[in-house]
Amino acid sequence: MSAVLDHHDAHGHDHDHHAPTGWRRWVFATNHKDIGTLYLLFSFTMLMIGGLLALGIRAELFQPGLQLVNPQLFNQLTTMHGLIMVFGAIMPAFVGFANWMLPLQIGASDMAFARMNNFSFWLMIPAAIMLVASFFMPGGAPAAGWTLYAPLTLQMGPSMDAGIFAMHILGASSIMGSINIIVTILNMRAPGMTLMKMPMFCWTWLITAYLLIAVMPVLAGAITMTLTDRHFGTSFFNPAGGGHPEVYIMILPAFGIVSQVVPAFARKKLFGYASMVYATGSIAILSFVVWAHHMFTTGMPVTGQLFFMYSTMLIAVPTGVKIFNWIATMWKGSMTFETPMMWAVGFIFVFTIGGFTGLILSVAPIDIQMQDTYYVVAHFHYVLVAGSLFAMFSGIYYWLPKWTGVMYSETRGKIHFWWSMISFNITFFPMHFLGLAGMPRRYADYPMQFADFNAIASVGAFAFGFAQVYFFVAVIIPAMRGKGQPAPQKPWDGAEGLEWEVPSPAPFHTFENPPKLDATATKVIG
Amino acid sequence: MSTTKKTLHSLRHRWTALRNAGSMLALGAGAWVSAAAQQVKDLPGGPAVNQLNFAPPATRIAEEQHWLHWFMMGICAVIFVVVFGVMFYSILKHRKSVGHKAQALPEPIWVELGWTIVPLLIVIGMALPATKVLVAQKDTTNADVTIKAVGMQWKWGYEYLKGEGEGINFLSTLDNSHRVMSSSGKPEATDDYLLKVDNPLVVPVGKKIRIITTANDVIHAWMVPAFGVKQDAIPGFVRDTWFRAEKVGDFYGQCAELCGKEHAYMPIHVKVLSAEDYSAWVAAEQKKLAAKADDPSKVWNLADLVKRGESVYAANCQACHQANGKGAGPIKPLDGSALVVDADKAKIINVLLNGQNNGAMPAWKQLSDTELAAVMTYAKNSWSNKTEQIIQPAEVLAARK
Repeated sequence: MSAVLDHHDAHGHDHDHHAPTGWRRWVFATNHKDIGTLYLLFSFTMLMIGGLLALGIRAELFQPGLQLVNPQLFNQLTTMHGLIMVFGAIMPAFVGFANWMLPLQIGASDMAFARMNNFSFWLMIPAAIMLVASFFMPGGAPAAGWTLYAPLTLQMGPSMDAGIFAMHILGASSIMGSINIIVTILNMRAPGMTLMKMPMFCWTWLITAYLLIAVMPVLAGAITMTLTDRHFGTSFFNPAGGGHPEVYIMILPAFGIVSQVVPAFARKKLFGYASMVYATGSIAILSFVVWAHHMFTTGMPVTGQLFFMYSTMLIAVPTGVKIFNWIATMWKGSMTFETPMMWAVGFIFVFTIGGFTGLILSVAPIDIQMQDTYYVVAHFHYVLVAGSLFAMFSGIYYWLPKWTGVMYSETRGKIHFWWSMISFNITFFPMHFLGLAGMPRRYADYPMQFADFNAIASVGAFAFGFAQVYFFVAVIIPAMRGKGQPAPQKPWDGAEGLEWEVPSPAPFHTFENPPKLDATATKVIG
Repeated sequence: MSTTKKTLHSLRHRWTALRNAGSMLALGAGAWVSAAAQQVKDLPGGPAVNQLNFAPPATRIAEEQHWLHWFMMGICAVIFVVVFGVMFYSILKHRKSVGHKAQALPEPIWVELGWTIVPLLIVIGMALPATKVLVAQKDTTNADVTIKAVGMQWKWGYEYLKGEGEGINFLSTLDNSHRVMSSSGKPEATDDYLLKVDNPLVVPVGKKIRIITTANDVIHAWMVPAFGVKQDAIPGFVRDTWFRAEKVGDFYGQCAELCGKEHAYMPIHVKVLSAEDYSAWVAAEQKKLAAKADDPSKVWNLADLVKRGESVYAANCQACHQANGKGAGPIKPLDGSALVVDADKAKIINVLLNGQNNGAMPAWKQLSDTELAAVMTYAKNSWSNKTEQIIQPAEVLAARK
């Protein structure tokens, strides 16, 4: 700590702008760009770990019978795959994007609370270690599903406690991150950057951050009750199933990224900016009243089922508005299809499929057939992998030149896109059929009539996994080592926003003095 | 109906060819894709090979669900074609490479209002028929037969509470040979693989059957796709659902809520019989019950009790503790266990009645006094355990509170 203070003292005296170097730069990082990089690398690591677990699942399910893992380990794999992907990969990746881009997009010098920012990142490391290490604890990792079903949680070994503690820490980290984002956006915008002139990515994160602050304490409360049920004999969980509003948190920033990429490559302004903001807000508000749509089979009263069915179906409306707005943005544009645009269009296509299956699932009588089957697995992978992950890839290719100062290889980006897109669909499309036929999820072995679709899904899953390794080796590593064409300040001629007003790579300190903006708040004029 | 069947049939043929080619391609060694699975045939009332849609409905509710699903699929397909028709048209025509120049569009308020209100109307149009089916689905009144289904790790217990057959109760467990096949990693081609139980639930055709669900340990879910029924079975709560089977036959389902390690091994098999057959079954079952009703005051000799205990062990204990009594991983061994050979019988009786380690070893109080006495006596006198101790059913009865 003293090193940081010393450094800052020196900084104060000689007004020297050199960046800290070596391990201190990262461990004591207070710079939003460094912390953003840390978040992104961390989440990619977790994506790989979670992916390995998924491949373990798919390898076991490749054919009927137990060949590789026993059913207990299988349940650990499915549980940990879910926890790691949701809390270790998707959430931190979006926070990484927020760290890198929010200050640049609103013309701020850094995040509002730079040291809290450091803390909320480094808190995640012990949490992640604890989560992953739970595999090596007596009794193995938690195996009660990523939604931690009570009272099954009571039967878990000590790893369940480690898991709960890890979630507490991650929750604390998320809350700090959210406070930081809200304060940054509300207080640190450059003069002239009014709320309704902010880029969509800022808007979606502002709303997401509020959602996170509302949701995280509830989650922490629920898992604390699980903890005391396990150890102090309380019985908070007379079980009634589990809701998880997390899913909407994981998609809103994805909407934000796509809303930036589509206009840039259509060379037009985003169609219906205001309605996009309102639609995001509506989705956030509705997400609070749809939580029980995961519980149609728990036997809630008919009025309850009707309420949650209607409210869930309603969420399709603002989601539809977003898709229409993106397509209207493309309409009569002058489109080019560099890799970020490919991912954005791919996102719209597969996310819409996930939206349709979500609409079908929201119809309670049909949901009775599909709840807890592979149809649900297919649905949320279309929304979360094809939705969140594909949008993030879009964002990475879009901003990578700004982050690293070099252009990625367009050929490699396209290979990554098509390889992922095709193998993703090979993996998850057959799961719709499995679910319709009634194959329950979280099954280590299954009736033989389901064998072929499972085999296809497994082959697809391995291909999808290797596509992401290819992405890291062929795109990320060269970019981080500075290999490639030097990137111009604004590599995309249709792109707008303050991040393109600073050089590539973005210097260590940007907008140290509030910039003077033009009327649209997209250009610096002084 | 028959034409759709024919189309489906031909589709399936084509698909089979495609699948074989596909698996050869995918692996280079097609034979490896579970040669066994290739010979599997459709299971009537259960899953069909590479089934693409819901199971053929056997109840009105399931039929309504089918219809609703097609209805929704139809609307979604139309929206899909329209929306992506527009998008891909735009992608093809409005690109820079064909010289298209960007034109700003006006943003009149009616556009935004229109594409908010129209989807809203479509959603309402979808909700109306769904509401009708939902209400019918939840109406569990006026049942002819009421059966309680109790989820346990990892089997189903059925008790006929009301109507013809009242008083019948039994446990329904996966055929152990299937569990063994599963563990072997090389299951043989079996049409009802993982779906075969020792005692199927038997119900009469055309009668309203109300299923009351609850559970002993953790949440389970009782599901039969052909009936369009799925209901969570929650410990400490009572929930219900219903079905009226329209045809006789066998129907299959599986536990649909994560319930621990043997989650995949607690299937549901419902046998629907004609009214006469059902009456005959009830009569036979009641006779059996009377004969089987073990008198807990009967005094057994060691050999008979151990023999009885062996079958109780195979049906209830073997999945975890293994046939050799050595357990596995976190499952404690019985062979050589201090608790099992302890001269104080009260200890082992207590564990079986109340469970241990927060339910990691579940309570087995649903078994009869004779079954419990038999299985404990078996454990005390098997493998390397040679205690010669006998636990009589009366002792178990006395230990129950």
